[in-house]
Amino acid sequence: MDTTEALDMPIPDQLEETVISGKKDIDLTTVGDYTTENPRMKIRDVNVFYGAKQAVFDVNLDIGSNSVVSMIGPSGCGKTTLLRCLNRMNDTIDGCRVEGRVEMDGKNVYARKVDPVLLRARVGMVFQKPNPFPKSIFDNVAYGPRIHGLVRDRTDLEEIVHTSLERAGLLDEVKDRLDQPGTGLSGGQQQRLCIARAIAVSPEVILMDEPCSALDPIATARIEELIGELRKNFSIAIVTHSMQQAARVSQRTAYFHLGYLVEVGPTKDIFTMPKHQLTEEYITGRFG
Amino acid sequence: MSPLFLIFILLALSSAAYFFSQRRMLRQTRDANITRLNSLPEHFGMLGAIWAGAPALLVYFLWLIFEGDILMGQVLAILPDAESMAATRELLIGDIRNAINNPISYQMASEEVRMAADRYRELSQTASIALAAACLSVFAICSALVLKFLTPRVRARIQIEKFVRGFLLLCSTLAIFTTIGIVLSVLFEASRFFQTVPITEFLFGLDWSPQMAIREDQVGSSGAFGAVPLFVGTLLISFVAMLVAAPIGLMSAIYLSEYAPSKVRTAAKPLLEILAGVPTVVYGFFAAIVVSPALRGFGATIGLDVASESALAAGLVMGIMIIPFVSSLSDDVIAAVPQAMRDGSLGMGATHSETMRRVILPAALPGIIGGLLLAISRAIGETMIVVMAAGLSANLTANPLEAVTTVTVQIVTLLVGDQEFDSPKTLAAFALGLTLFFVTLVLNFIALYVVRKYREQYE
Repeated sequence: MDTTEALDMPIPDQLEETVISGKKDIDLTTVGDYTTENPRMKIRDVNVFYGAKQAVFDVNLDIGSNSVVSMIGPSGCGKTTLLRCLNRMNDTIDGCRVEGRVEMDGKNVYARKVDPVLLRARVGMVFQKPNPFPKSIFDNVAYGPRIHGLVRDRTDLEEIVHTSLERAGLLDEVKDRLDQPGTGLSGGQQQRLCIARAIAVSPEVILMDEPCSALDPIATARIEELIGELRKNFSIAIVTHSMQQAARVSQRTAYFHLGYLVEVGPTKDIFTMPKHQLTEEYITGRFG
Repeated sequence: MSPLFLIFILLALSSAAYFFSQRRMLRQTRDANITRLNSLPEHFGMLGAIWAGAPALLVYFLWLIFEGDILMGQVLAILPDAESMAATRELLIGDIRNAINNPISYQMASEEVRMAADRYRELSQTASIALAAACLSVFAICSALVLKFLTPRVRARIQIEKFVRGFLLLCSTLAIFTTIGIVLSVLFEASRFFQTVPITEFLFGLDWSPQMAIREDQVGSSGAFGAVPLFVGTLLISFVAMLVAAPIGLMSAIYLSEYAPSKVRTAAKPLLEILAGVPTVVYGFFAAIVVSPALRGFGATIGLDVASESALAAGLVMGIMIIPFVSSLSDDVIAAVPQAMRDGSLGMGATHSETMRRVILPAALPGIIGGLLLAISRAIGETMIVVMAAGLSANLTANPLEAVTTVTVQIVTLLVGDQEFDSPKTLAAFALGLTLFFVTLVLNFIALYVVRKYREQYE
């Protein structure tokens, strides 16, 4: 399906989705190709409601294998809500309802028999604020492998912890103090610890919800570098407020506005020649 | 004029001063063509009322506090050979007080005492007239000062703020000094007790039988004041209570804060609060009338000999009483664990109970322990349930099926009924009270410290 046509010649029932933004009526139908080669997850016609209020409208988006897709847009545009649909973290919010399909390996993760607990082991998450558990660095990383029974003995566990810390680029800094509390690390180290914790269970997809918004520029640079490394082994979806970050780390970018996916495409295209008026206004800093 | 009537008059006069000052200020501003006052007219009214009324009220309350002592001093001074009676002065004062308040005592009192009582009444009447006169004249003088000094230039709003601060300070000082007073009086009486009974005997003695011969010729034991059986009994019952309250309270807190849908939570929380609102005396007869016989019957069927007033029954019911206390404290600390911890754990694919056990409980543990310590100190100080259900005999036993007694029960029994106030038996109550006070103080102190430490961790 080629949605670029929709912008030029809106068909009647799509006109109804037109909402008032600023002074003008603007068509919020998705512009650009939301599919990708070799997708790891597919979001299809997803609507999310908080009680009576709808937060996400008819979103379609693929998460590609071994690539990074970034979600940008002004606050309250539904990008975090959508991200949390991917591992069903929205289930923990009272009154939150998700319609539509989120597919992984061709199966809807919202199907009745899918256990969100097992899904979350395959779709890991890194949060906005570093949230290491009040345990030692070792126990933080060993948390997932322990609860999922991934290891037989202590040697296996130590190996997983070491590899995970290494892949998160934290091992050199903490290898002499694995028994110290994870909460004692600096903000950037804590966030990398959380990434190590997430990858310790070998998820297929990693969701990152503004992972650098609480960090200083140097720590941010390290995390961005790390995301580039992680892409080799994982599929990554990242929500960010920093357009530079989206440009640096991602291959595809999706721009959200008021709960609608307005434009999606290769990152370089979005930032050099946005097709939708709202995208252009946002990335050139005219609003948002 | 009776003092009660006087205070109403003073209050009425102060209100009059309020309205008067307010009106007067409005009039003055109008006459002087002032367009902006620095405070509202009500502020001037209040300040007028305070300036006029407060000194008079102060005189009034100071007199009420010291009236008794001053008058009694006067009465004793006129009694013949008051000097020689210095030793029995306290007794004499007591007799005179009785004679004043109680017509029958007056009839039975000695000539001297009657004379003193008459004199006291006379003085008291004169005093109340003098008081009224004094208060009213103070009020009059202060009102005159208000007339002279309360001008639109006075910053009434600021002055009232100062007065409010002083008043609040006075209230908190009163509360603190009352507490200190109670502690000192318990300390003083307890030290009198320790003059007759060595403190080591009290703290380490294994035999408790406080019955003393009151008269010389009375048949009775000389009294033994080893409090260990009471401590053991108290601990035993508290232990049983915590065995009930800690798991149930904690689990229900976990359920309510982590699992329950919001509908259940809104319904169940008030129900738990109701449980906390049941008077302890109701728990007490519940323990004595329902639980004890039931336990006894049950014990009989499985071949156990359960005393009709067992530590088990009292402990069980006390545990039920403490459940809401434990539950609401635990609920608070569990809720204080940041949502990010839950998200982090759930996002790793942990189940609710794994999240609870591995992340939230360890994080909340210090706070929960603090809450449990507070609960223990409540259990130790709890009186009504054990008075009704725990029994009086001081057994030194760790068997919860037997009757034991507690510190609080003994305090009650020592002080109920006719007592001689300087016998070791009565004074023992103060020593027990002091011990209880000390133990709960230490427990609360540790608990609050732990809870506060825990709070800091996440703030």
